[in-house]
Amino acid sequence: MHGLINRAIQSFVCNTYGEARWRLVTEAAGLGFTDFEAMLTYEDELTDNVMDALCIELRRDRGEILEDLGTYLVSHPAVEALRRLLRFGGETYVDFLYSLDELPGRARLAVSDLILPSLELREIGIGQFSLACGPGLPGFGSVMVGILRAMADDYGALVMLEHGGARDGAEVIAITLVESAFSEGRAFELGARAG
Amino acid sequence: MIGRDDLTNMLDMMCPMYLILSDDGVISKVGPTVQKMCGGQELKGQPFLEAFELTRPRSVERFADLLASKGGKLNLCFRDDKRTPLKGLIVALQGGAVVKLSFGISVVEAVREYQLNSSDFSSTDPAIELLYLAEANSVAMEASRQLNLRLQAAKISAEEQAYTDTLTGLKNRRAMEHVMARKSGGGMPYALMHIDLDFFKRVNDTLGHAAGDYVLQQVARVLVEETRREDTVARVGGDEFVIVFDHLTDRGRLGRIARRLIDRLEQPMRFHGESCRISASIGIAISTEQPGSDPLNLLNQADIALYAAKRAGRAGLRFYKSGMDADGLVEEPLPRMSDALPAGTRLS
Repeated sequence: MHGLINRAIQSFVCNTYGEARWRLVTEAAGLGFTDFEAMLTYEDELTDNVMDALCIELRRDRGEILEDLGTYLVSHPAVEALRRLLRFGGETYVDFLYSLDELPGRARLAVSDLILPSLELREIGIGQFSLACGPGLPGFGSVMVGILRAMADDYGALVMLEHGGARDGAEVIAITLVESAFSEGRAFELGARAG
Repeated sequence: MIGRDDLTNMLDMMCPMYLILSDDGVISKVGPTVQKMCGGQELKGQPFLEAFELTRPRSVERFADLLASKGGKLNLCFRDDKRTPLKGLIVALQGGAVVKLSFGISVVEAVREYQLNSSDFSSTDPAIELLYLAEANSVAMEASRQLNLRLQAAKISAEEQAYTDTLTGLKNRRAMEHVMARKSGGGMPYALMHIDLDFFKRVNDTLGHAAGDYVLQQVARVLVEETRREDTVARVGGDEFVIVFDHLTDRGRLGRIARRLIDRLEQPMRFHGESCRISASIGIAISTEQPGSDPLNLLNQADIALYAAKRAGRAGLRFYKSGMDADGLVEEPLPRMSDALPAGTRLS
């Protein structure tokens, strides 16, 4: 598993639940270290062990935790850079939804060995979309639900999301756009840089 | 035939950084993004060549010459204080010309300077992707830089903790200090030999560092061959070595070892056909002769004896004795110690 993904989990746990709990999780997972390096690659098994340990530590199921992770990645100041990169996807929430098809390509352009599952957006009706997350990274759909929800807030859109479960490793998310200009949203200046 | 309104509508959508010029080179229509970049300043009605400074083609005096220039490629900037470089393309039309502007590679700075956003670019313009890439790249580079810094720090600390001199394979100063530290408190008798090469700088200066490195490696080999397995041989400086002899305090034996070391080191070493000649001076201090001295003192005393040997002429050896001062001088006349001193040499 790419270090960036592991690092994202670490950052989420540390900034949400505190470093002491992260240390407990790494110990329970038998990691042998506490810090993941963002630019190194680790055995998939390590990530799995960390997630298992995290579920036990937080007494929550994996899907919920991953959804929170997705929300964290967009909304927490510590990872503002990622939110900015996602906002490059477009001017409106719908633009952003359509940019998701090329998200794996964008990720690879930035970090050539970061392979994300394919994403495919379909417009089913007016304001009705479905997002198919391809196989390869179990739980990625749950993370995407969190990301989609937080990005809706970011754009000021009002959406309803429903994770349709996994089928053959692929996960489908139903997206209903209730109102695209529900609230102010957060500003995005092209020329600004995340500190 | 496209009407003028159609043309401007199309340009507004497809390339919002444009200008329409009349046939005498006066700006008659300004694209929305260009207008935004000008702030309050009205471009419309200004001659194109007065509003912009051209660096390609450079020697254009009249608008007609610009239209005649081949390919229509322009490098230009606003006559403002930002002077953001722009690329342009001018195409003559009936009754004037259209100029399309672009930032090229300066887009990252330009977007910040002029506070542009996505709607200021056509949706097919790769400018936003370029901005994304520049930002993603700097984020990724920063992560890599952090990793490199951590690896660098780890490497330095690993090197600091290492006990081996990488050039010669001998112990290093750190290792020697570690060995010495273990001696303090223990009553085990030992001797220290402090060896400094003579004429080594000359080898380095005349034959180069590669020759110098080779000589140091040969010296290390001799020192190891002429000592016992249990002795600690360390390179503690550029051309300085220390040998710790456990359970060996006999002046006769130590003197013979030192003499043999000097003799062997004086044999010419051949490096790429060149003969390298060095020698060595040696100072010796013995723990049982200085019962009050801790290891650090004893090392200092070996150093003083070495200095005495140096002062007496190269290729010599001296034992430390009480009363030698920091200059290696002894109050009483020096005893005839060994054949290390050339005949007739006296300390002044």
